[in-house]
Amino acid sequence: MKNAEEIFEILKQQFGDSIIGLDKDTPTEPIITVAPLQIHKIAAFLREAEELKFDSLMCLSGVDDANGTKVKDADGYDSIQGGTLSVYYHLDSVELRHKITLKVSSDRENPQVESVENVWRCADWHEREAFDMYGIVFLNHSDLRRILMPYDWEAGYQLRKDYKNPEFYQGMKVPY
Amino acid sequence: MGLLDKEFSDGNIVIAPVEDVLNWARLSSIWQLGFGLACCAIEMMATSASHYDFDRFGVIPRNTPRQADAIIISGTVTLKMATRIKRLYEQIPDPKYIISMGSCSNCGGPYWEHGYHVLKGIDRVIPVDVYVPGCPPRPEALLEGLLKLRDKIRHETLRKKSA
Repeated sequence: MKNAEEIFEILKQQFGDSIIGLDKDTPTEPIITVAPLQIHKIAAFLREAEELKFDSLMCLSGVDDANGTKVKDADGYDSIQGGTLSVYYHLDSVELRHKITLKVSSDRENPQVESVENVWRCADWHEREAFDMYGIVFLNHSDLRRILMPYDWEAGYQLRKDYKNPEFYQGMKVPY
Repeated sequence: MGLLDKEFSDGNIVIAPVEDVLNWARLSSIWQLGFGLACCAIEMMATSASHYDFDRFGVIPRNTPRQADAIIISGTVTLKMATRIKRLYEQIPDPKYIISMGSCSNCGGPYWEHGYHVLKGIDRVIPVDVYVPGCPPRPEALLEGLLKLRDKIRHETLRKKSA
């Protein structure tokens, strides 16, 4: 069983600059921030290393940080420019009974994160959901399609803070 | 109830208007499309089960729209599902009837404002005969809706489809 600092040190030794920081002042599990394009290697290491053995990805979730600048468009509607979209990975080791949370942040304009589908198979649909709701592109994902919304949905990504619902979808009025 | 009031002039012959006979046959065996969407579907299944016994009104779930007379929209209709429901509705042969069950399919229910994925009322896509309010409606409410539909069918004429 390892605590967050020990896990952070192990990762820091192994991956150096790819491990960006450790945030312990959270009401939940401590969060280790890592580089979005290295997450697949870090994930594979976390699963395989003898002293870590993170064999379970409990949850993978997208988050819109909404930390960019708000810009009003012609209709007086707020849209957000700049800032980041994040992905959180909640990991658990069933055998060693420790937990950790990983976080990656990517540019809102071109959000790209490496897929961990090959490390934890259950990440497949979780990543598709994050793609569906936030438009985060998971590189090297085997089947990155929308999972909940219709495949021909073109009005954007619903859970982004500046999402605007369309008037019509396939001739059906959408607003109440 | 039409038929039974009529004269029985012969043991083997019943005289009645064609409309009455057709309507009686239709309202006595409303076969519904076996189709459920959300929590309302659970109430619908309870209505089908032995305690409330939908079958006493001739309501039997059929597994293909080709053999169905009615469709109970029991639950939240997402935009994705709405396109499928429209197709199912088009596959049901005439005469066909729609019962909209519960707040979601009546008007969007709790998703009316922020439900980016929810169709705010199935009547935006297909014509509804009976609306059953509730969230979800109790089986008694669904039975009441069915009785309303039967009343509607009973007064149909051959000249004009009213239900």
